[in-house]
Amino acid sequence: MAQINKMTVIIDYGSGNLRSVAKAFEHARVEDVLVSNDPGALKDASHIVLPGVGAFADCKAGLEAVPGMIEALEEQVINAKKPFLGICVGMQLMATLGREHGETAGFDWIGGEVVEIKPNDATLKIPHIGWNALEFVAGVHPVLQGFEIDVHAYFVHSYHFAAANSENVLASVDYGGKVTAIVGRDNMIGTQFHPEKSQQFGLAFIENFLKWDGQPA
Amino acid sequence: MMLKIRIIPCLDVDKGRVVKGVNFVDLVDAGDPVEQAKVYDAAGADELTFLDITASHEDRETIFDVVAQTAEQCFMPVTVGGGVRTVDDIRKLLLAGADKVSINSAAIANPEFVRDAALKFGSQCIVVAVDAKKMGDHFEIFTHGGRKETGIEAIGWAERMAEYGAGEILLTSMDRDGTKSGFDIPLTRAIADAISIPVIASGGVGTLDHMVEGVTEGHASAVLAASIFHFGTYSIQETKTHMQAAGVPVRLA
Repeated sequence: MAQINKMTVIIDYGSGNLRSVAKAFEHARVEDVLVSNDPGALKDASHIVLPGVGAFADCKAGLEAVPGMIEALEEQVINAKKPFLGICVGMQLMATLGREHGETAGFDWIGGEVVEIKPNDATLKIPHIGWNALEFVAGVHPVLQGFEIDVHAYFVHSYHFAAANSENVLASVDYGGKVTAIVGRDNMIGTQFHPEKSQQFGLAFIENFLKWDGQPA
Repeated sequence: MMLKIRIIPCLDVDKGRVVKGVNFVDLVDAGDPVEQAKVYDAAGADELTFLDITASHEDRETIFDVVAQTAEQCFMPVTVGGGVRTVDDIRKLLLAGADKVSINSAAIANPEFVRDAALKFGSQCIVVAVDAKKMGDHFEIFTHGGRKETGIEAIGWAERMAEYGAGEILLTSMDRDGTKSGFDIPLTRAIADAISIPVIASGGVGTLDHMVEGVTEGHASAVLAASIFHFGTYSIQETKTHMQAAGVPVRLA
């Protein structure tokens, strides 16, 4: 898929570590990275990134507070099928429902709920903070190509994406049971971990995403 | 295949300059926090902590620049502590590119500040720094680098901070800090076992075995050290190799 103007739009809705995300994408040597709160900017985007830190409900409210943004996301991600990356809460928002601070509807792009992590070992601490080894559970996904088993990514969260369909879970980590690390469907992919904080692996992941045309395989 | 124990170097920053930094000969400017951060990033440190020790209010702004420049060049988690007193301080640090902030005196002056901060920004970015000292048969919280006593009992305080929404406790033994005689294991263990959030052990590391003990005996989820890295006594890599050999799960970059 040839894009005439290749441009990644990182959505600014008042949540999160936008600067770190933008810097990591710039480092991955794309021609253009635009941080924007303008829903119209998504029309010109080749790739769309939704970051998010904090609580599910707050992030959803923040996004709703930007007039037209959720509609523009639906249009560009679901209808126009542009490659989409959700990071941390930005990934969780793809779920049907979030259960952090009450129940909040997500985009329902990937069936499932965002629920508290409940390790089966009481000595394991919550939040799940630090570097955990990814276990890739699906077949070859274009964005996950070239990664060995046992690569580590940086996590910091207390809730995770319990997908309704296990086919949508592309990677998990072990934390007293399986914790979802990467979800994906069609032209959408989402990471619970922070690629922008995951050193070499994270930057390689971002590069792969930027090369992706949105075809799942 | 599990969560790894984090090795966290700490850089003391005064008016935007590193004090006690790593004295690498190949560094163009050893006092530049960004240069130092890049060294730790390349070495595979699991996180980096900046402790802003700037005393004067007017020079405080320098830390925002340091964080912003670091975030441009280092793609690793960064925590900033020292002088974090208001919601606005936190917002500015996070916007500059910090992932977590560490709150110390402000939590003691107003514990509700921790609750507000956690609600506003999420527990995942709120670290509460606890500086504790042994007083008779128990541990108490101190401020101002261990000079000012508060009369607050340490374990109960850590439990309260966890309940208020802190995502982590950065625990420093004021008895051990700077002594190179190892972490205060009874203190670290008592707090780590009492609360369900992670504890970062700090204060007293002199050898790599001390790093191991903080985890195996102190039950810490992460170990923070300054001097052993600053003075080049040990590298991040040596530390991790040693810890792995001792059975501690680490991420070897």
